[in-house]
Amino acid sequence: MSATQVIYTLWLREMKWFLRGKTRIIQSVVQPFLWLAIIGIGMSSAFKLPGGQSYLQFMAPGIIGMTLIFSSIMSGVSVLWDKQFGFLKEILVAPVARTHIMLGKALGGVTTSLLQGLLLLIAAALVGVWPPTILALAQVMVFMIFISLAFVSLGLAFASKMTDPVAFPLVANFLVMPLFFLSGALFPLATAPDWMKAIAYVNPLRYGVDGLRGAIIGLSDLPLWVDFGVLLVFSTAMILIGGYLFRKTSI
Amino acid sequence: MNNGYAIETDRITRKFGELVAVDNISIKIKYGEIFGLLGPNGAGKTTLTHMLCTILCPTSGTARVAGHDICSEPDEVRSSIGIVFQEPSLDNNLTGRENLDFHGRMYGMTSEQRKARIEEVLSIVGLSNRADSLVKTYSGGMKRRLEIARGLMHRPKILFLDEPTLGLDAQTRRVVWEQIEKLNKTEKITVVLTTHYIEEADYLCDRVGIIDMGRIVALDTPQALKDKLEGDVVYLKVDDVKKFLRIFQKSPLVKGVKVTGDSLQLQVGNGSKTIPRIIETVRRNGGQVQEVSLKRPSLEDVFINYTGKAIRDEGPDVASRFGMHGHWRR
Repeated sequence: MSATQVIYTLWLREMKWFLRGKTRIIQSVVQPFLWLAIIGIGMSSAFKLPGGQSYLQFMAPGIIGMTLIFSSIMSGVSVLWDKQFGFLKEILVAPVARTHIMLGKALGGVTTSLLQGLLLLIAAALVGVWPPTILALAQVMVFMIFISLAFVSLGLAFASKMTDPVAFPLVANFLVMPLFFLSGALFPLATAPDWMKAIAYVNPLRYGVDGLRGAIIGLSDLPLWVDFGVLLVFSTAMILIGGYLFRKTSI
Repeated sequence: MNNGYAIETDRITRKFGELVAVDNISIKIKYGEIFGLLGPNGAGKTTLTHMLCTILCPTSGTARVAGHDICSEPDEVRSSIGIVFQEPSLDNNLTGRENLDFHGRMYGMTSEQRKARIEEVLSIVGLSNRADSLVKTYSGGMKRRLEIARGLMHRPKILFLDEPTLGLDAQTRRVVWEQIEKLNKTEKITVVLTTHYIEEADYLCDRVGIIDMGRIVALDTPQALKDKLEGDVVYLKVDDVKKFLRIFQKSPLVKGVKVTGDSLQLQVGNGSKTIPRIIETVRRNGGQVQEVSLKRPSLEDVFINYTGKAIRDEGPDVASRFGMHGHWRR
């Protein structure tokens, strides 16, 4: 059984699920769009940032990061629904390698998360924030892919250890909320208290958001290659951990 | 690869902690058979099936399925078997056809192979006209049939059916039985099914293994199992009960005789073969047979004889009852 066929088969199924869950797509885009259109615009008229950009410009990459991390980690729930409805058995008794199954699931999650990220990018363009050049757009894409990959794998790792699809979003939220708040998505970390800065240093999403912001509005705390490097290491680690735990998952 | 047997287990054993779910079972199942594992819930049927399907590893002993060792060649085993699980395992958000297509892809079938085979298996289970509806709109019986179709997709040599008609109504059960029989004949497929329905084992299976507390306590054709009980009873109504009571007490044809009401109750080995000779005996002694009837032992009687209890629903299977879900193997 060729690896590509297995991965493609799993990916194709995730796509069908995604496209059939219309409410999920709408909900996943509408909520961040409201953040942009209401909080973003509202705050823009109240605050001025040190760099001279509007708050909306500052916040838009953060909201894209938020969309990516939430949709990525939530894609792990599909494993739990598969457990619930018994379909995981069908997948696991096929004569294929579990690693390929995990990669197929991960790739499906990355794709759906990326599609939602792109919709958000369009939404951000509607309120006046977009990457200035093709190169910048390419950089944005790279960051979006690696943020998704890292958190999809994290979601799969959690799903491998859990059984209850209803509890999963609670656990995921519990984990993702602090990561999001401390990522510099909503306020600049440069002016934050030291303890917050210290925590933010070990927050992988911080590098993702910083990279997105650097690519879109040219403002970043760290050089883009540093952001990218950290994200690359983190996502590789997550794929390995996710793959390991998924191989061990029980029904 | 054909070593004569579809399945050959060698002292296969599986323990969950202290509990021995499958205890030293050695059985041989021939190609082309419909083989039934009959036992109460918790007897070890599902555990045994899961081991043969390479989902669980045996604690000791081993088995060869379609000529491949379940422990050292799990992928070869998986490619040559189809499985229909006890619990549903379909993707409700896909159509019937998409479920089958997914399966075909996972088993490495090409696009043309899948297309042709999907039509075939759909027509075997009679679902062609509903193939493009989402599975969530299917009835319980349709889902079961789709799962059987899916089990057949990759042309397995052996099909495992774990409680194939659990929770189905009598009519649907009959349809599923007929389909299992049909595919055993037309597809020349070996069928191994577990069931706790006596009628199912009796109706469908060429051979039945009665499993209790993890052990095979009896194994033969349903007919032979019943014959072994030597428990046929002939009820005979004659004109002179007392006279024939004496005669039959001395006759080598019967093993026991009692009077019940105005008729004689004769215990014999094989009722249908003995009845003509009983009637002849009555005639020869100048009597007249007014009524004769035969009660054969059911498989249920066989079951009670070997396990000392009637089969009944008594909760979930061992593994889940004790919260001991085995780790799935890769």
